[in-house]
Amino acid sequence: MSKAIPEPVTKLIEAFSRLPSIGPKTAARLTYYLLREQDDTALVLAEALTDMKTKTRFCSNCYNITTQDVDPCAICSDPDRDKSTIVVVEEPLDVQAVERTGGFEGQYHVLHGVISPVNGIGPDDLKITELVKRVEADPITEVIIATNPGLEGDATAMYIQRALDGKGVKITRPARGLPTGGDLEYVDSVTLMRALQGRSELG
Amino acid sequence: MDFNTRRQRTYNSQAIILKRRNLGEADRLLTLLTPDHGKVNAVAKGARKPATKKTGHVELFTRANVLISKGRDLDVLVQAEMTEAYLPLREDLTRGAYANYVVELLDRFTFDDDAHQGSLFQLLDQTLAHISYDDDIRRAVRYYELHLLDAIGFRPELTECVVTREDVEPVDQYFSFADGGVVAPGSQHLALATVPISLNALKVLRHMQRSSYEQVASLSIRPNLHADLERIMLGYIQYTLENRLQSVDFIQRLRRMISSP
Repeated sequence: MSKAIPEPVTKLIEAFSRLPSIGPKTAARLTYYLLREQDDTALVLAEALTDMKTKTRFCSNCYNITTQDVDPCAICSDPDRDKSTIVVVEEPLDVQAVERTGGFEGQYHVLHGVISPVNGIGPDDLKITELVKRVEADPITEVIIATNPGLEGDATAMYIQRALDGKGVKITRPARGLPTGGDLEYVDSVTLMRALQGRSELG
Repeated sequence: MDFNTRRQRTYNSQAIILKRRNLGEADRLLTLLTPDHGKVNAVAKGARKPATKKTGHVELFTRANVLISKGRDLDVLVQAEMTEAYLPLREDLTRGAYANYVVELLDRFTFDDDAHQGSLFQLLDQTLAHISYDDDIRRAVRYYELHLLDAIGFRPELTECVVTREDVEPVDQYFSFADGGVVAPGSQHLALATVPISLNALKVLRHMQRSSYEQVASLSIRPNLHADLERIMLGYIQYTLENRLQSVDFIQRLRRMISSP
């Protein structure tokens, strides 16, 4: 980068360009925006970034993200939540997605990925052993495996099913079918077939 | 080729989805194998949203009819319609694991945008069908390995000794990973990275190398012969790639899980 730009500025531009889907031009635009901004946007952002990195950790029970001083996380330590049912998800963001439904009262387990040999991710790279230990130790009766529907998510679900075989828990997978607002004409044959298999009676 | 014609902006093709990764907010970057354009990368815009026309039609290890628009940087997948789902790969963990292996192999041995590698499309398509429906998955996988290696220039030499160039005698031999072929018992010290290969194993590999799959499909292979064949082929492939394959670790892990419940 040219010498006309002071080092602190180039440093931030470079830092921004390391983020996914941000190129050098966007990085420069963001940097100059923050530079020009009169209020404390930049300082708030800086503090938020530091806090995010230093004050968070993975919950030792469910591996969702929690704050440094709250472990187990708020969901795991909530006495009102049903401890016998856990939903297994790929990423912390998926916990939010299930929480948004407002219809689930149990607990979670975050795998941090899916089995994907093509991308070099095996069962040991995920929190599967931790899940098995949890099922053995806690009074869990049902494990809902909510990995993304698709080859890798399905394979991970089947792998977990095998790993939990004989542990005396019910293993389920969310139903799959037609999306709200979707169009039957455009639905792929696998989804349509599964939707027909899992049809429910009206009334 | 007529260089005066304008470069075609879009093309229709069959494609098998080999890899995909998330891109941006709701897009997916797909790696596809096509018969005429070889291995290509294309963006499926919005493919992660549940209610788009593309979702479900661009699943891993499925065959689809696609319409691709050539972009300046990245090609864009405009339309997709799944034509073959290879359903058992999705419903059986072992079959799915082998599908991962054959695709990983193809991906490691090929380069993007090499139209000459389009011939591999048919081989992969047939192999995914064999892995989905055949009783003996390993037989289908060995057949695939031999024909893939053939197509990309690593055909193992199974009829003559790679050191002496003499025809192989009908006795147990050695196989050299480094020299890519059979070594006669007397010349074993002259070749690198050798392992023993039984005459039976050699015969099966040779038969697979020069026959159609229909002829090979009548072959019944005992488990210990399978173990031999696998040891040799995996050894040769991983030696050639200078790398361990993740999908192999996963297959072996599944096997241990099944044998010791």
